[in-house]
Amino acid sequence: MSTFPISIPRPVHPTGIWNWITTIDHKRIGILYGVTAFIMFLSGGIEATLMRLQLAGPELDIVSAAVYNQLFTMHGTTMIFLAVMPLSAAFFNFVIPLQIGARDVAFPRLNAFSYWTFLGGALMLKLSWIGGATDAGWFGYAPLTSVAQNPGTGIDFWIISLQVLGIASLAASFNFIVTIINMRAPGMTMMRLPLFTWMSFLTAILLVLAFPVITVALIELTFDRYFMFNFFNVANGGSVVLWQHLFWVFGHPEVYILILPAMGIVSEVLPVFSKKPLFGYKTVVLAGAIIAFMGWMVWSHHMFTVGLGAVANAVFTVTTMLIAVPTGIKVFNWIGTIWGGSIRFNTPMLFSLGFIAMFLLGGISGVMHAVSAHDAQQQDTYFVPAHIHYVLFGGAIMAILSGIFYWFPKYSGKMYSERQGKISFWLIMLGQNVTFFPMHFVGLDGMPRRIYTYVEGMGWEFWNGVSTGGVFILIIGFLLVVVNIGRHWKNGEPAPADPWDARTLEWSIPSPPPEYNFEKIPIVRSLDDWWETKQGLDYKEVPASGGSGNEGHEIHLPQPSYWPIVAAFGLFIAAYGVVFNDLLIPWALAAVGLTIGFIGVYSWSLEPVNDPEEDSTN
Amino acid sequence: MSQELSAKEHTGHPTAGQYFRIAVILCAITAVEVGIFYLEFLGHWMIPILFTLSAFKFALVAMYYMHLKFDHKLFTYMFVAGFILAACVISFLLLLFGVYS
Amino acid sequence: MAQEHAAPIHGEDEGTTTGLNHRKMLMWAFLGSDCMFFGSLIATYLVYQGKSLEGPLPIDVFDIPVTSISTFVLLMSSMSMVLAYSALTKNNMKGFRIWMVSTAIMGATFIGFQVYEFSSFANHHVEVDCVNPGELTKYEQHIFDEGCASGEAHAESHEGLKPQTNLFGTTFYTLTGFHGAHVTLGIVWLLSLLLLSFKKGVITPEKNLDVDLAALYWHFVDVVWIVIFTVVYLFGVFPGF
Repeated sequence: MSTFPISIPRPVHPTGIWNWITTIDHKRIGILYGVTAFIMFLSGGIEATLMRLQLAGPELDIVSAAVYNQLFTMHGTTMIFLAVMPLSAAFFNFVIPLQIGARDVAFPRLNAFSYWTFLGGALMLKLSWIGGATDAGWFGYAPLTSVAQNPGTGIDFWIISLQVLGIASLAASFNFIVTIINMRAPGMTMMRLPLFTWMSFLTAILLVLAFPVITVALIELTFDRYFMFNFFNVANGGSVVLWQHLFWVFGHPEVYILILPAMGIVSEVLPVFSKKPLFGYKTVVLAGAIIAFMGWMVWSHHMFTVGLGAVANAVFTVTTMLIAVPTGIKVFNWIGTIWGGSIRFNTPMLFSLGFIAMFLLGGISGVMHAVSAHDAQQQDTYFVPAHIHYVLFGGAIMAILSGIFYWFPKYSGKMYSERQGKISFWLIMLGQNVTFFPMHFVGLDGMPRRIYTYVEGMGWEFWNGVSTGGVFILIIGFLLVVVNIGRHWKNGEPAPADPWDARTLEWSIPSPPPEYNFEKIPIVRSLDDWWETKQGLDYKEVPASGGSGNEGHEIHLPQPSYWPIVAAFGLFIAAYGVVFNDLLIPWALAAVGLTIGFIGVYSWSLEPVNDPEEDSTN
Repeated sequence: MSQELSAKEHTGHPTAGQYFRIAVILCAITAVEVGIFYLEFLGHWMIPILFTLSAFKFALVAMYYMHLKFDHKLFTYMFVAGFILAACVISFLLLLFGVYS
Repeated sequence: MAQEHAAPIHGEDEGTTTGLNHRKMLMWAFLGSDCMFFGSLIATYLVYQGKSLEGPLPIDVFDIPVTSISTFVLLMSSMSMVLAYSALTKNNMKGFRIWMVSTAIMGATFIGFQVYEFSSFANHHVEVDCVNPGELTKYEQHIFDEGCASGEAHAESHEGLKPQTNLFGTTFYTLTGFHGAHVTLGIVWLLSLLLLSFKKGVITPEKNLDVDLAALYWHFVDVVWIVIFTVVYLFGVFPGF
């Protein structure tokens, strides 16, 4: 197939590394997302460990104040944009098409593009440690990010890599919105969608509506920094509060972008290991939708101490407290699901139960912040990191770990060690409480966050020491997770198709699923259709492996392509070109990158999804 | 969003003549807008009047040129969701910055 | 269906859950998302309206008749776009190409107006008669106060309106600049489709989705301009705002 402007033979059956580079299989992209994001999670963990070491005692000198500022900024940005979001994206990729009975996502090449763009943005952000990373906090409040305050390239790397990550997330979210609406198997109505898919759908909607706001805020900041515009320039009448508003208009929906997929995972795991359907399926879906909707009406609770006035503070106090209602509904539904079930305490179940407990604690301190008068006391103290870690570590990460173990047999085709899994759960459960619970105490004792050290005699030494000690328990716990996953992925026992006696469609196919997922597209008759099928008469045992290897011969799958990675690479070069815009010829590097990107996009859009000429070789 | 939504609701598309008539209306409204704009006695009434007129233009283009009127309702929901949310965010920000007071 | 079987109804696709085409759905989701993009830019513009500390303000630089003409051109380009699509579905390839070219030309004309506008704003030049100043805007008053103190006949300023000048310049150029960038991208898209239409079998009355999607984008850019014209230009010059 000759394509304008460049003609390269299409990778039809690539092998080895090329197989991964040109892949557009949602399962492989999911694994790529998962592995990359887990590495990023560990790097964010190292940053956190360094901070905790520095704070272990008063007036320590392990890192300098400047490095400490970079550490907390990079830790926050990494954990949110490079760890939790892409770990969720890994599950979206792997699980959603399987749960809705599809052979792939709606736009397989766009999906590959999302991953490679994410990788580019992630590398760019992490590599900014060379030469000084951003140090203005993950929220990048103006005027800390102005050229006058912060002349180095750290902020530039932060801005531009966030834009690149934004493109990746937007592309992925458009893809999943269309996939979930339009790729469902026959009979899979919206009210038969598995909960994880539902929550992912809401997340994707939130994301496509919230990310443009941060895109605009970052563009404004870029123009301020590069061309001396006045957006956040107080000397010319600009308002630094506008940055805060734009940031949190994005930032609060972002919180739900992080937690809704986690809630979805838990809503999958609890019914399976309780052998009961989810209690109040419709209510849980509706509560999720209400959370997604109300997530837009609470952003100024991050700004209670800015001085927005009594009316604004009162309004946002009320809306913030209201959003606790649908969240509470979910918690009650989860408890109702377990109630009276025949519970199996496998590792995924343990992590999900841990999620409920920890997320509840985080929710309680969240309601405390919601009272604006109370929040004035807590603002910028360690009480806030305590809250955020209970909801994002105790919440999101626990649920993600639950998902990692729950779907492990499916994506790896092997079984993990249940014993190691359980030990790692107890270590992580203990570790996080030892690490994060004392932050409540020092916070209420007035210890500010984002300080690199403190003097003796403030009464903060003991609990800070305890906190740092907890980190080591966490490290052991996560090392055990890595060992468990890594070793058993390679040489664990082969997994059956449905090891958990589960309820959703992904368990009705072999582990790992064949490239085409479903030999026959399933017909869905009810909620938890796979469970119902197993109770019926026409149920047949699923073959453990892909069968004789001859199945799926006539199934036409979208073919691999070079162009997504080319387009993403162009974007990556262009992003560097924007940061180093005065290298040799001004803006030349950015222009080169954009040209590569355009060639990639053009060739991609002219390349048919399936090459008719080369299809015959299949 | 389930099967029943796939029911086809197409009533055919406007003809070239209809497209042209819509263009005439759009231009007429724009002319009226510019005209109204010079009527200083309207005072603050000008804002709601101009808003209504441009909303009408917006709706005409979206419904006929972007054929939302003839397409699946889902497309309308997708677009209108973004539009309403954007309008709300703008209004709330203006409220918080005290622009109305 | 009232229509003959001239063309399949766009956006329909067998084999999807809703019967709707994937790409068309993606396009609408993107347009919804882009509403938030322009919404944030417009919010910034409005929040900063009247907050500029110095320099030319909308009332000093805007020329409503000129912008009305460019608005007219963009509205007409939308009509031209629907006629191109309509011609394509009726298998009138010649008509399709003529209307595509005319759409692109009108888009380019709009961009030309914008370039003219930007450069005339940037080089805005004010002259105030010190003896008989008449009714002055705030900015002219400022120049009057600065330049007429020592008995000259005229006071003038060549400062112009640049993005760096004041908040109005910053927000105005960013908002309209991004709209202009959208139009430019649209022109590239339309011209690419025009070129492709000469390749056999790529764009046909049946395979009209590519044109349909480009048209949606083009009309979206048009409706954004409808909002900008009212909110930025008309309200901008309105004295009570």
